[in-house]
Amino acid sequence: MRAIDLQQVSKRFLIHKTREFAVPRLGRKSSHTVEPFWAVRDVSLQVEPGEKVALVGGNGAGKSTLLGIVAGIITETSGKVSRNGRIGALLELGTGFHSDLTGRENIHLNASLLGFRPADVKRELDSIVDFAELKDFLDEPVRTYSSGMIARLGFSVAIHVDPDILIMDEVLSVGDRGFQAKCKEKIADLAGRGRTLLFVSHQMSAVLAMCPRTVWLDKGRVRMDGPSQKVVAAYEGAVTSLPRATSVEVR
Amino acid sequence: MTAAAPTHDHLYILRNLVAKDFKVRYRNMSLGILWSLVNPLVMMGVLSFVFTVLFPSLDRKHYPLFVLLGLVPYNFFSLSWMTGTGSVAANANLIKRVPFWRELLPVSVVLGNVVHYVIQIALLLVAVVWFVGFNVQWVWIPAIFALQIVFVCGLALLTSSLDVYHRDVRYVVESATIVLFWLCPVFYGVDQIQADLVWIYTLNPISAVIYLLRQICLRGLPPPATTMLKLAGVSFGTLFVGAWVYGRLKKDFADYL
Repeated sequence: MRAIDLQQVSKRFLIHKTREFAVPRLGRKSSHTVEPFWAVRDVSLQVEPGEKVALVGGNGAGKSTLLGIVAGIITETSGKVSRNGRIGALLELGTGFHSDLTGRENIHLNASLLGFRPADVKRELDSIVDFAELKDFLDEPVRTYSSGMIARLGFSVAIHVDPDILIMDEVLSVGDRGFQAKCKEKIADLAGRGRTLLFVSHQMSAVLAMCPRTVWLDKGRVRMDGPSQKVVAAYEGAVTSLPRATSVEVR
Repeated sequence: MTAAAPTHDHLYILRNLVAKDFKVRYRNMSLGILWSLVNPLVMMGVLSFVFTVLFPSLDRKHYPLFVLLGLVPYNFFSLSWMTGTGSVAANANLIKRVPFWRELLPVSVVLGNVVHYVIQIALLLVAVVWFVGFNVQWVWIPAIFALQIVFVCGLALLTSSLDVYHRDVRYVVESATIVLFWLCPVFYGVDQIQADLVWIYTLNPISAVIYLLRQICLRGLPPPATTMLKLAGVSFGTLFVGAWVYGRLKKDFADYL
C-alpha cells in the first residue's frame, strides 16, 4: 500500500474581485466577479512508504497547495487523494502558539493539535525541551521569546510527534546554523527509521542531501519527476535565465 | 476532516483549547475571574433599581434573584454565541496549518464560557438557598443547562461556519443578541406576556431555560413536561442543523481564511 497516492488531483481557487459588497447595488451591474485560478492541475503522484520526495518549483507553482491537499487541510476540487499512516504536517513552525501562554502550556496545546496524547507529552517533554534548548524559559510566556526560540520550540514539538508521513514546507530556514544542522540530523534520523518524507524547499543542497527523488512543479503541473540529481539540474538550468533570487540558497 | 489522523485525541485538544481561552482571558489581571461576576451584579443592580423603584409595576418577590436567574443564562448565551461565531476566523492560522477536527474550535469557545457559567450559577444558587430555600426539583437543573449548552453549540457551529464566508454574520449575531435581550424574559416574566404569544416564548430555548429555572428555584414547581420536550427538541434540532452546515462548509475553510 502506498503512503501517498494522488490521482489526477486538481485544485481550483475562486478569486473574488471586489469582495466589499456581496449584495449588488440596485440598478447597477454588480462589479463582483469570480475568477477561477487553478493552483494544482492534474497532478498524479505516488509515494511508497519510506520514500523521501522533494517538491521544487518557483513561487506560485502550487507546492504549498499540494502539501496542503496531502495534509488534508485543503480539499481538492477533483481527483483522488489517499494516504496511509499518521501524517505530521509541518507547514509552519509554532502553529497555534499563543504569546500569553508559557512555553510549557504551548507545548501541550501544540502537541495535542499535532496528534499527541497526554501520555506522549509527559514522556517526551524533557526531550522536547532539551532539543529546543529552552530549559530555563519553559515557564516564561512565549511573548518573551525571540523568533528563533519560537521556531526551535515549534520544530522540536513537531519532530517529536514522530509521524509515519512527515510533510514539511520550507521550515529548515529557521534558526542559526547549529540548529539547522540539528534539524537536518533529526529528519535524517526519522528517514532512517522508514518514515516517509514529502518536503518543499528552495535549498537545492538540502534537497540533494535528503531526498533521492524530486518532483518539479510548474504552474500547478508536474513538469518532471525523477532522481534528484537529474531533476534539480534541469530545474536549475531552467531558472538560470531568470533572476537568480529564486534558486539561490545564500541567506 | 477525513485526514485528521485517527490517533488525534479530541478530548485532549478540546481541554487544551478551553484552557488556552481561559488562561489568556485572565492573565495579567489582578482581579482575574472576579470580573465575570462584576458584570451580572452591576446589571442586576441597575435592573432592580429601574423595575422596583422607577417602574414598580414589574415588582415581585425577590426581584434581584429573579433578574439574575434571567441575566446569567442570557449572558452565557449571548457571550458564547458571539465569541463562538468569530472563533473559526480568529483561528485562521490553525485552520490553514494543522489538520484537526474543525468542530472543536467553536465548541471549545462555548465550553470555555461554560466554566464561567458554572461559577456564576453556583454562586447564584447559594443565594437562592439563602433567600428562598432548596427543593427537590433542583435535580432538573443540570439537564436544563445541558440542553442550553447543546443549543448554543449548535448555534455557534452554524454561525461560525457562515462567518468564514461572509464576515457580516458576526454583526448580525451581535445585533441579534441585543434584540433578544428584550425579547427574552430576562427582566420580566413569561407570566406577564399575553397568552397568545406564550407559545413563541416556549419555543425559544433561552426563554425556556430562564422560565424553567425560575419555576424551579423561586416557586419550587416541577418543570412542565411540554416545555422540557420543546427545549430538548429545539436544542438538538439546532445542534443537528449546525453540525450539518458546519460539516458541509468546513472543507473549504482554508480557501477563505
